[in-house]
Amino acid sequence: MLKIENIKKTFNPGTINEVHALRGVSLEIEEGSFVCILGTNGSGKSTALNAAAGNFVVDEGKIILDDIDITNWSEHRRAKYIGRVFQNPFSGTAPNMSIQENLALAMKRGKKRGLGWGLPGSLIEQFKQIVSPLNMGLEDRLENPIGKLSGGQRQALTLLMSTVIKPKLLLLDEHTAALDPKTASKVLDLTQQVITRDNLTTLMVTHSMQQAVKLGDRILMMHQGRVVFDFKGEERKRLKINDLLSMFDELRRKDNFDPTLASFLVDNYV
Amino acid sequence: MSLLIGSFTIGLILSLLALGIFISFRIFDFPDITAEGSFTFGAATAASLIIVGVNPLLASLIAFFAGMVAGSVTGFIHTRFKINPLLAGILVMTALYSVNLHVMGKSNIPLLNETTVFTWVENFAVRISGADAKSTLLGWEVRTKDLWLLSFCMTAIIGFCVLLWWFFKTNIGTAMRATGDNDQMIRALGVNTKAMIIIGVAISNGFIALSGAMLAQYQGFADVQMGIGMMVWGLASVIIGEAIINDSSVGFVIMGAVVGSVLFRLLVAIALRWGLNPNDLKIITAFFVFIALILPGILKRRRKMTLKRDDNA
Repeated sequence: MLKIENIKKTFNPGTINEVHALRGVSLEIEEGSFVCILGTNGSGKSTALNAAAGNFVVDEGKIILDDIDITNWSEHRRAKYIGRVFQNPFSGTAPNMSIQENLALAMKRGKKRGLGWGLPGSLIEQFKQIVSPLNMGLEDRLENPIGKLSGGQRQALTLLMSTVIKPKLLLLDEHTAALDPKTASKVLDLTQQVITRDNLTTLMVTHSMQQAVKLGDRILMMHQGRVVFDFKGEERKRLKINDLLSMFDELRRKDNFDPTLASFLVDNYV
Repeated sequence: MSLLIGSFTIGLILSLLALGIFISFRIFDFPDITAEGSFTFGAATAASLIIVGVNPLLASLIAFFAGMVAGSVTGFIHTRFKINPLLAGILVMTALYSVNLHVMGKSNIPLLNETTVFTWVENFAVRISGADAKSTLLGWEVRTKDLWLLSFCMTAIIGFCVLLWWFFKTNIGTAMRATGDNDQMIRALGVNTKAMIIIGVAISNGFIALSGAMLAQYQGFADVQMGIGMMVWGLASVIIGEAIINDSSVGFVIMGAVVGSVLFRLLVAIALRWGLNPNDLKIITAFFVFIALILPGILKRRRKMTLKRDDNA
């Protein structure tokens, strides 16, 4: 389904701010699989997600989605196949436009936008059915600007908008990190519902080990621009939070080495 | 009263400029100073075509497209080469100064003896109601001819407004509004935001050039200097419109730009009548826009301070 082959990315190459964000990441994700990516700050987990979404062109490697090589596709072209929810709850919706206009924009994801009427009356009933399961009373406020809603409501709507046209791949970038715990768990429940309902292939970045253990059928752990652990199948099912914690500790211990020595040891002995 | 009707008409003509500024500044948040060049570019194109005998309506249409070309150049160098919008506009505006001189061949083209769109309207008025007919408007005696010009402009502007409103409600227009509102979001929904910006700035400058073309025909000359200060003028109109019509939906904002333009022109006419030195016009306009830009921030801070004081009390 999604095949990432040895992608590399260096930001600000040749300057003092040079960052090797991705040092050769390879991944293969089967259709219908729900993958959680864990990692420390700066491990490259969000960068990997953004590479798949097309925020930038990778320096090396290939990204293949459903047998199509999309490595050099622009972000908006990939959007035809990819649905996204961002970390910032304000990133996924247009604040000054109404709820219904936002939904209408999402109904056209990846389709040609011409001179047809942007908000046909026939869609309104459909929008009501889409938002009413949220139990937020949004079905009666479709004409209100989205900017007036809370972060949690906006994030829930972004999730619905990214999946209203079924994407081949759903990318979630720490989409509950900026929400309070109660709202976060609501949005997470909704996420699981939508993914199960449509059997979506999903890649979710998270920093919460609880989320990673609770959700999905595969866990990847990234560190310093590489995938360092990959758990799937039976191994994934046996995984507990404590196991993940000890792995993080191990990574942290490695970090305390001189980085060159550490990478020397990793390359030769691990 | 005749003076007021004239100001009203010019206000309507300049509302095309306000609509253009509204598109770039409010929809795309793109401070597009190309306006100063493309306003003159429209006037220069239309005037040069009219003096060689081209149909004035066709000349105005060509002026519109000329403005679109200028706008798309600004949009292109901004999106393609990541040049700051203001700088991209300044580059094109500066280049247009030379282009305008070439188009006109000299710095001023008089149109008083040429057939313009407004000569047609005047001839029509004369045929209907006679050369020196007078009418009464709200108890004032005015020339019927002026009333005809005014209603012609009003009809045309209403037409343009409806067209623009319709456009911004279509799929592509909605995507454009979303581009200005949250470009990250709309890119994730598959819209080429660079193309949206280029098309949007092109349409904006098309309207601005058309405004220039119309003003040249109305006042009877095109001048290479006529674009100076036009961006701030348009901004002032948009801001006044927003203050009067306190509603952010597309239709109302478009209406606001027109109302603001007419009102601003009337205010200026009255101020000049009261003895304001015309040389001070630009500095007053600039100061006005400055105040209008900082006022919302000041009011907000004041409100916050009073709230805090209430909390402490």
